[in-house]
Amino acid sequence: MSTPDTTTISARPLLPGLGDPVDDAQGIFRELLMALSRPGIAYRLPNLPATPDPLHPATGAVLLTLIDHETALWLQSPTEELTAWLRFHCSAPLAVTPADAVFAVIDRPLEMPPLAAFAQGVPEYPDRSATVIVQVAGFAPDGLRLTGPGIAREQHVGINGLPAGFWRTWQDNQARAPLGVDLLFVAGDVVLGLPRSTSVEIVAEGVQSCM
Amino acid sequence: MYVAVKGGENAILNSHELLATARRGDAGIPEITPLQIREQLRLAVARVMSEGSLYDEDLAALALKQAAGDQIEAIFLLRAYRTTLPRFGYSVPVDTSRMALQRRISAAFKDLPGGQVLGPTYDYTQRLLDFSLVEMQPAPIPPLAAEPLPDSMPRVTDLLGHEGLMEAELPAHGDPAPADLSREPLSFPADRATRLQNLARGDEGFLLAMGYSTQRGYANSHPFAGEIRMGDVALEIIPEELGFAVCIGEITLTECQMINQFAGSRTVPPQFTRGYGLAFGEAERKAMAMALVDRSLRASELGEEMKSPAQQQEFVLSHSDNVEASGFVQHLKLPHYVDFQSELELLRKMRAKRAKVGAGETALEETV
Amino acid sequence: MSSQRTQTGYNFAYLDEQTKRMIRRALLKAVAIPGYQVPFGSREMPLPYGWGTGGIQVTASILGRDDVLKVIDQGSDDTTNAVNIRRFFERTAGVATTERTEDATIIQTRHRIPEKPLSEDQIMVYQVPLPEPMGRLEPQEVVTRKLHALADYGLMHVKLYEDIARYGHIASTYDYPVLVNGRYLMAPSPIPKFDNPKLHMSPALQLFGAGREKRVYAIPPYTRVESLDFEDHPFSVQRWDDPCALCGATDSFLDEVVLDDAGGRMFVCSDSDYCKTRQAAGHTGSQSPVPATQEEAA
Repeated sequence: MSTPDTTTISARPLLPGLGDPVDDAQGIFRELLMALSRPGIAYRLPNLPATPDPLHPATGAVLLTLIDHETALWLQSPTEELTAWLRFHCSAPLAVTPADAVFAVIDRPLEMPPLAAFAQGVPEYPDRSATVIVQVAGFAPDGLRLTGPGIAREQHVGINGLPAGFWRTWQDNQARAPLGVDLLFVAGDVVLGLPRSTSVEIVAEGVQSCM
Repeated sequence: MYVAVKGGENAILNSHELLATARRGDAGIPEITPLQIREQLRLAVARVMSEGSLYDEDLAALALKQAAGDQIEAIFLLRAYRTTLPRFGYSVPVDTSRMALQRRISAAFKDLPGGQVLGPTYDYTQRLLDFSLVEMQPAPIPPLAAEPLPDSMPRVTDLLGHEGLMEAELPAHGDPAPADLSREPLSFPADRATRLQNLARGDEGFLLAMGYSTQRGYANSHPFAGEIRMGDVALEIIPEELGFAVCIGEITLTECQMINQFAGSRTVPPQFTRGYGLAFGEAERKAMAMALVDRSLRASELGEEMKSPAQQQEFVLSHSDNVEASGFVQHLKLPHYVDFQSELELLRKMRAKRAKVGAGETALEETV
Repeated sequence: MSSQRTQTGYNFAYLDEQTKRMIRRALLKAVAIPGYQVPFGSREMPLPYGWGTGGIQVTASILGRDDVLKVIDQGSDDTTNAVNIRRFFERTAGVATTERTEDATIIQTRHRIPEKPLSEDQIMVYQVPLPEPMGRLEPQEVVTRKLHALADYGLMHVKLYEDIARYGHIASTYDYPVLVNGRYLMAPSPIPKFDNPKLHMSPALQLFGAGREKRVYAIPPYTRVESLDFEDHPFSVQRWDDPCALCGATDSFLDEVVLDDAGGRMFVCSDSDYCKTRQAAGHTGSQSPVPATQEEAA
């Protein structure tokens, strides 16, 4: 399927992957499962690997847990060190365009492609859609009101460092449900899930500040 | 006072002991070895390998011993083992024209380059029980051919292809890598490569019945056994680091190419079309049945009228796998107390209602 | 109950890591699209199809060494299939197992939801034989998939309506179809409709695995799950005239036990842990063991 790239890897030694590929991946996955099951709640990931720039540790953990040669990955910043690290640990093929990706990593949200540029799934197979990891500056206790599956009444959270108008495009994404993309916001060692089924309402000023 | 039945675990362990005892049979009779099964029950081994999707004669023989000869159970054992094996790569397509033949026949031509080679076949045995086999026999000595068979023999379908009478077998647009049904779920409509994969793993009995139905008017096909060949082919892989093909061993295959007439369409002139069957080991019945079903499943592609079960890919492909079918049929043995209780309640409710209505009517009649 | 020794030669929880990743990805999509059946590359398991291979693959993909696993079949921990699946995970994963609902972090089930309310820290894993709720009305997957895409569930409504016309009520008593989050029609697996209300807004994540049919689906916690009905024929659940003969419960699903061949029968809780807990707390029923008298105790 994927043809391993034979370009020479930079002289710098590769960072290791997960310490225990079985137990670490399981521990990380369970937190991810909860993160998407309980949108808007921040989950701190265990067993974090050392990750090459510009990945946050939690992003590296998600990739090492979920991707392999069957999942095309799109990187906003495909640095040589990062692609070498991913090729070695995951043998994931790199997607040429966002539309080809099963997973995508955004490290500069202000310059991210529109959500509609990623695979949205098709009516018969809405699961054939991208999961986009968006690295952000951090989270705040309030600013957004989330409702939908996984949320008993409503969930309040703030997400810092997103481009202006981001939540309007999210509303477009949500309107496409059951098509659409699912997001994992990452800041440091924390991940926060936002599946396409979640409605987001802005309840405070300042959440769209471009930090 | 009521005490609920317990001890599930003990019961399970005891049943394993009983099973082992039953498998061994009379301890006064020598125990059979997988080696004996491999050498002397080779057709059973071939079926287990084919439908178990794993070419390993020794493991198939072991599975047959463990399953006390139950082929579907043995197939299941092999499949469950196969799932756990790491995947090193995919082989290069085998070239059956370069098969070291043990058998090769065509029902379409009386003679053809390379000739008809009967080989080891039950076809012309008169099915009389051979009581001499009751006793140990000295090993038979195989007859020797006057001259060795050629290294390669052209396939009958290739001979017809030269004349343009046979549809060309071309890769699909862009030559996409075939799906791997052991890794990905079946989805519909399934392309031919996927269908063939499904049929190759499919239950011989099911395919036999489906293929048979196409001969009896359920799907209008007129098959000729263009060629059946059986023998050894080399299996090659291209390691990434080498970039060229290396042989990793030989496997025995049976291949069947059925030839079916096709009236042609607006874009395609009348020509012969193919049905294809391939199985591990000596498995002629399976390969032939598979070829018939492959052809009938091409009905929609060839614009033929769809009216028979063997033409409906969802029906055929969803029910061909005997490990799936056996599991689900037999799961009816599992407790269904809860659903049964629900049905019981409903039935009582419906009967009570009916009795009440019935009684009401009688009462009404009496007052009149 | 757990054993530190696990079956050698196999990965933790039997499945290889590549397979677990594939199933984990499918589970995340299942959670993101509540009630939608995600196709997955179901593997041949060492247990037969139809005997819980979907549930086993889901459990194996989420299970960790610190989990406490409960396995029930028909509500009971000690039916042979439940025992067998529990043994499988004891052997291949060495995890702790329990029969107590509240102690479990993962509950794999066939045909029941425990009577005790579940918590946010628990995950339910359902074994599913036939994931397509419209499969008995329309066997072709190409058709049902299209109907799901269009959210066109007229077929099911017509079936239920015909039931009412013919019998005066809806004749489905188990695997009663539900609408998840107002969008996807879903088969809740053959749980009695008695259990359907427990699916609605459950604090626990609920995962469904159909091995032979190669589908997984999910109901996230706190998700709307409505059993289909009509305004003039609202959904209702079974009730029994008798309480449980062993613990006196009047709020649980009861199994009918035939006592003799003269019509003698009694009803007992199908949830064995619920019944046991109630009995331990001193609740009794008509067939309870006679308490030891003082003379016997002396």
